[in-house]
Amino acid sequence: MIKGVIEGSFHITGGDFTNAGIASSEVKSILTGLGISSDIVRRAAIATFEAEMNVIIHAVAGVMHYYVSSERIRVVINDMGAGIPDIEQAMQEGFSTAPDWVREMGWGAGMGLPNIKKNSDVFRLESAVGEGTTLEIILNLREEDLHEAE
Amino acid sequence: MTLIQIIEILEARVVFGPNADETEILSVCASDLMSDLLHFSVRPKAMLITGLTNSQVVRTAEISEIKAVVFVLDKTPEREAVELARQKNIPLLVTRLSRFTACGRLYSEGLRSCTGEDR
Repeated sequence: MIKGVIEGSFHITGGDFTNAGIASSEVKSILTGLGISSDIVRRAAIATFEAEMNVIIHAVAGVMHYYVSSERIRVVINDMGAGIPDIEQAMQEGFSTAPDWVREMGWGAGMGLPNIKKNSDVFRLESAVGEGTTLEIILNLREEDLHEAE
Repeated sequence: MTLIQIIEILEARVVFGPNADETEILSVCASDLMSDLLHFSVRPKAMLITGLTNSQVVRTAEISEIKAVVFVLDKTPEREAVELARQKNIPLLVTRLSRFTACGRLYSEGLRSCTGEDR
């Protein structure tokens, strides 16, 4: 049983591939510890991981906030980056502006934003060129998605 | 199929291999693109075959609940990747085989894609 809203945040540093994924890994542990079903935890972990990687690849820095209640998981990621000029284009599977060195590390295949949307019930993306991007995702929780935490 | 059997089939060496006789693998994915892996609705007890050796591979395995990683063409994973695998208890194997041959051998032994597309 989740009482009230459990929240927290992580700072993400652009270009820091060494620590990439730590925030998402922590969120995954927290959700698992709250007794949320493994399928929902996995979807949330994938969505936050892709969002975290987008900040690391494309922005100078960002912050990931998470809010968990018995009804939903909400994650908001704000970044200070170049922004996205054409969101519709950015949402197309395979479209990427990542540089070659990022692709050589296994990222930048143009599947990040589609993967985030696929794993979210609500997906909101707002961006201002030269200022940054805000992504909000929500995964709804049903009663059967919650079981007693260990 | 257990990880011990996979080690034999792929003639693999173990970089980090806790409980290889108890780790059960039911499906396989092969990719060097991390977002492609995250795109799959990976079936439970899946294993990854890849040519990438950085810690991002292990992190992606952790996030998508992949149970073991095999590196092809005798590529040794980077130190950070091995450290993260130890922390997250994810076995790492290295095979001299190519992706194609590694996948082919496992397919012929009955393993199928982690996407479930060919069941």
